[in-house]
Amino acid sequence: MQQVAWELSLVLMALVGIVFLWVCARSGGAPVDAATVSARGYRWRGPLVWVALVAGVVIAIGTLRHWPLPAYARDAGAPDVVVQATARQWSWDIVPDTVPAGKTVEFQLHSTDVNHGFALYRDATHVVAQAQVMPGYVNRLRVRFDQPGEYQVLCLEYCGIAHANMRAVVKVVAGS
Amino acid sequence: MSAYAASVKPAPFVTPDTPRAKFAFQLYAAVGISVFLLMMVAGVIMRAGQGAWLGIPPNYFYEVLTLHGAGMVGTAGLAGAAVMWYFLRRYVELSNGAFLAMMGLSLVGVVLILLSIGLGGFAGAWTFLYPLPGHGMGLWGTGAAATFMIGYLAIGVGFLVFYADCALAIIRRYGSLARGLGLDQLISGKVDPAHPAAVVASTMAVIVNVLGILGGAIVLVMTLVALYEPGIAMDPLLMKNLIYFFGHVFINVTIYMAVIGVYEIIPRYTGRPWKVNRAFLGSWAAVVLLVLSVYPHHLLMDYAMPRWAAAMGQIVSYLSGIPVILVTAWGALVNLHRSGAKWDTPLRLVVLGVFGWAAGVIPAIVDATIRVNLVMHNTLWVPGHFHFYLLLGMLPMVLGTLLYACTREGRASAPLDKLVFWGYAIAGVLFCGVFLDSGVHGIARRFATYDAPWIGYAQAGAVAGTVVLVCVLFLGGRILARLPRASLAA
Repeated sequence: MQQVAWELSLVLMALVGIVFLWVCARSGGAPVDAATVSARGYRWRGPLVWVALVAGVVIAIGTLRHWPLPAYARDAGAPDVVVQATARQWSWDIVPDTVPAGKTVEFQLHSTDVNHGFALYRDATHVVAQAQVMPGYVNRLRVRFDQPGEYQVLCLEYCGIAHANMRAVVKVVAGS
Repeated sequence: MSAYAASVKPAPFVTPDTPRAKFAFQLYAAVGISVFLLMMVAGVIMRAGQGAWLGIPPNYFYEVLTLHGAGMVGTAGLAGAAVMWYFLRRYVELSNGAFLAMMGLSLVGVVLILLSIGLGGFAGAWTFLYPLPGHGMGLWGTGAAATFMIGYLAIGVGFLVFYADCALAIIRRYGSLARGLGLDQLISGKVDPAHPAAVVASTMAVIVNVLGILGGAIVLVMTLVALYEPGIAMDPLLMKNLIYFFGHVFINVTIYMAVIGVYEIIPRYTGRPWKVNRAFLGSWAAVVLLVLSVYPHHLLMDYAMPRWAAAMGQIVSYLSGIPVILVTAWGALVNLHRSGAKWDTPLRLVVLGVFGWAAGVIPAIVDATIRVNLVMHNTLWVPGHFHFYLLLGMLPMVLGTLLYACTREGRASAPLDKLVFWGYAIAGVLFCGVFLDSGVHGIARRFATYDAPWIGYAQAGAVAGTVVLVCVLFLGGRILARLPRASLAA
């Protein structure tokens, strides 16, 4: 997902940049009648607005029809494993901290003090999933771990001086 | 004399051009540039600290982080308001006193915020997410947190004074805010092409930011109550909604105010007036609703939010990009295309600002997709996109406008100016690009210390940020040196 987001953003931003450079490069020299340029320029805008709107509808339906947060989807069944994760400045209490691969694990997230963020990292540079952890509320994050291993838990909501050190490990083991 | 002067009738000057008004503008320019530069230094220091080039204890890091956020947002607000005031006063009669009162109250707020951070050690970030201000864990106390909140309130009151003056002036001239926004023309279909784009944009800014600041005032007062009466528990989700409503609206409106410089300045180079039409009026009317309703995209990972709100956050984020790219950026490009414009630094900066805004909304929209937010939220992807449309969008619009106001009568761009401009643009893109790439690789935002695999990204960001800082220092120096020659009639 991260790579898709990055590549899509890069392509679209580069496209915007190229159009700007092209127009700016052609802005000097002898001026052309404003009405002519305006008629040509705005001829494309109306259809583009419609393209953007139709694309938006398709993207919205495609990304929201099946609710992207599995625990809150209408057809969400019961999870295979439930983990209670409690945050406090500046530590995690995760019970149990070992879960099976290939099963649906639901992390029920609590905070005893301030807002925190519960983010699961497969390694230092790959976020698997995350949720906010808020006092007074229980957020439910469902994950199916495909690969066994040790997953780092980092706090992704600023919570005070030791925010960066608020870490834990969830062990994912093969089999049930 | 530019082609504009020959072909486009200049705006009538409604507000008297007095020495006091000129002083007010110069004050805003000087304060704005100085604080922007100081906050950029703070930003580079943080990147250098994350890159292990500077040893910054976490408490200092988070104090600098809080200062950088509050300072940049507040200064962006003041600078955007200065651009709006500079042009709006040509169409409606504005009070110099209200404009100066905003600066005075803001300076009071700045002093309180500096005391809160510098003496009180407050490091709750500019978003002061409840209940963190009351949980300093010994690093800051109730007094420091309360001082920070009161500082914000002082700044907010200052902005409300300014917006009240703008609202009254628009109503006096056009009859109502709805007419200022051009709703009557939009509904009747009889569009007056001479209705100033600056008035339309200013009206939007007034309506939206007054509501945003009032939302902020409510949550600030609630936070103060909670600080001194901990027994009164606030709903953290409600507080989060209010904070992000306020924060999102306030920072977005800074761009919508600064873009007035685009509408006013580009036509003066191209000789083609920026005529309003139904698409323009419709998009600005839509922007009022879009900016007010899009903030739930900050709460997509708060699963306690209703599903409809999260879906709205995603969909409205997408829709918000359409006026930016297909109305303002498109309009700027059509206005420029084969216009024979003579390029100089102010025009380059203003056009860079439009590019930065249009390009910067793309990663923002991508991040507002819930499936993407699930892996990108609160990584450096977020500062990546907001730095893109602020550092390369809002800031160049402001610098371009200020430079225009100071150099219009004797414009000349030395080769060094051109070099600095391109240095700023390229280093700025790299600086933001490093943030975005860091987000792709899961690097968390607001971390004082970095894991080994993350450090190289921070170092690259620190280098690019230093180049940006040097370039803005040069441009800011140019403006400050010419500030005595600033003209309100440029």
